[in-house]
Amino acid sequence: MEVLGLFNYWVVIFLMMVGFYALISRGNLVKKVIGLNIFQTSVIIFYVSTGKIAGGTAPILIGDDHGVAEAGAEVLYSNPLPHVLMLTAIVVGVATMAMALALVVRIRETYGTVEDDEIQEQVLADEAVEGARA
Amino acid sequence: MESVVDLALLGLLAVTAIAVVRVRNLVAVVMLMGIYSFLSAALFVVLDAVDVAFTEVAVGAGVSTILALGTVALVGTRQQRHAKSPVIPLLIVLVTGGMLVYGTYDLPRWGQADNPIHGHVAPEYLADHVPLAGQDGEALEVHIPNIVTTVLASYRGYDTLGETTVVFAAMVGVLLLFVGTGGRRGASARGAGGGDDDPDGAS
Amino acid sequence: MRDQIILRIAAKILVGPILLFALYVQFHGDYGPGGGFQAGVIFAAGIILYALVFGLDQARAVIPMGVVMWCGTLGVLIFGGVGVVAMLMGGNYLDYGVLLHDASHAQHIGILLVEAGVLVTVFGVMVTLFYSFAGRRRAG
Repeated sequence: MEVLGLFNYWVVIFLMMVGFYALISRGNLVKKVIGLNIFQTSVIIFYVSTGKIAGGTAPILIGDDHGVAEAGAEVLYSNPLPHVLMLTAIVVGVATMAMALALVVRIRETYGTVEDDEIQEQVLADEAVEGARA
Repeated sequence: MESVVDLALLGLLAVTAIAVVRVRNLVAVVMLMGIYSFLSAALFVVLDAVDVAFTEVAVGAGVSTILALGTVALVGTRQQRHAKSPVIPLLIVLVTGGMLVYGTYDLPRWGQADNPIHGHVAPEYLADHVPLAGQDGEALEVHIPNIVTTVLASYRGYDTLGETTVVFAAMVGVLLLFVGTGGRRGASARGAGGGDDDPDGAS
Repeated sequence: MRDQIILRIAAKILVGPILLFALYVQFHGDYGPGGGFQAGVIFAAGIILYALVFGLDQARAVIPMGVVMWCGTLGVLIFGGVGVVAMLMGGNYLDYGVLLHDASHAQHIGILLVEAGVLVTVFGVMVTLFYSFAGRRRAG
């Protein structure tokens, strides 16, 4: 029971670390953005996991058209609050990802590459030229 | 039963995530991210978050895949072999992950109805007749079955306004980065791109 | 992809129902899963499918870039405007209770208007982002 009760969190941490690894060890900027995306999804899974109640159901009230339940009907609903927060987080996530990808495209147009060590070399070379001129 | 499906989906997610990091062809990586999104959406359904699952399928598997494909078409599909050794990043990741796992022992166990998170405002949201302060402060009933919609648009309206503004700001940011910096096709000169119909960036 | 007859016919058949489904998701959001965010993305997906199959210029002819940009702005304006109207009618910002005589109905109307704002913004932003990325020529 102890292990089962924490298993969700452990997988979330595993996914988070996979995303983190992609972010710090891969030189390709697109891969970095995708690593961040995995990281973000793991956080979303964590929040949604905390909202779950075992044996519960989705937080949409069961009853007539207006959600007024019949008398005496006891239904266990999962917690809707994390769902609301994560729903907006996903949409904001894609907006920020688009922003990041746009930056990657502009970097590629300026430097001709999206590998961070090659960009670093070019920046250093540019700085050396600037220094020699000054 | 719920937890069996939950465990299976989590396992598949972990495998897909590893594949995403290891595969070097970026088109394949983007496709794997689509699979990853669908898997997490299935997981959200098991975790009772149907609205989140819906959003993840539409946004994560739909729009972000398209945008990522468009980017890959613009920047090239090959990821170069990396010269640096993976030891230090791996060490950082293992230590951080280990500390986080140690931290989970203080978390309340998954799925218990008496966890602290279920105690605060959630029961009020879930009450049959949702009490909302009306104009004269008396309780008033909002008859909307989908609690997520009520909380999203009414209780946490400020939040949602903020999120909408962020989405708008992202559009402004992308336009600022792209417009007037060359590489545009057929936008300013209408009809100029007539012979070049297939959008490379999209197909 | 215009010469692919199967894709072309399938897309022609699918685009309409996709847009209709988006509206269903929007207006059924009170009773089932769905709402402005999802509906906006699905609506955008319909346009994106059209653009993928028939070409970007065709899609731009149907919904020009300027229109979707204005959509992205208009939605935020609707959302914020509902709050301002609530203030003008004597309530707090985004307090829908004062919009109508019957406070419960007012909540309904308020949520509907706000969700409409979200739909318009998300639709506009997603299509704008797609147009921006797809319309760019590869450098070098």
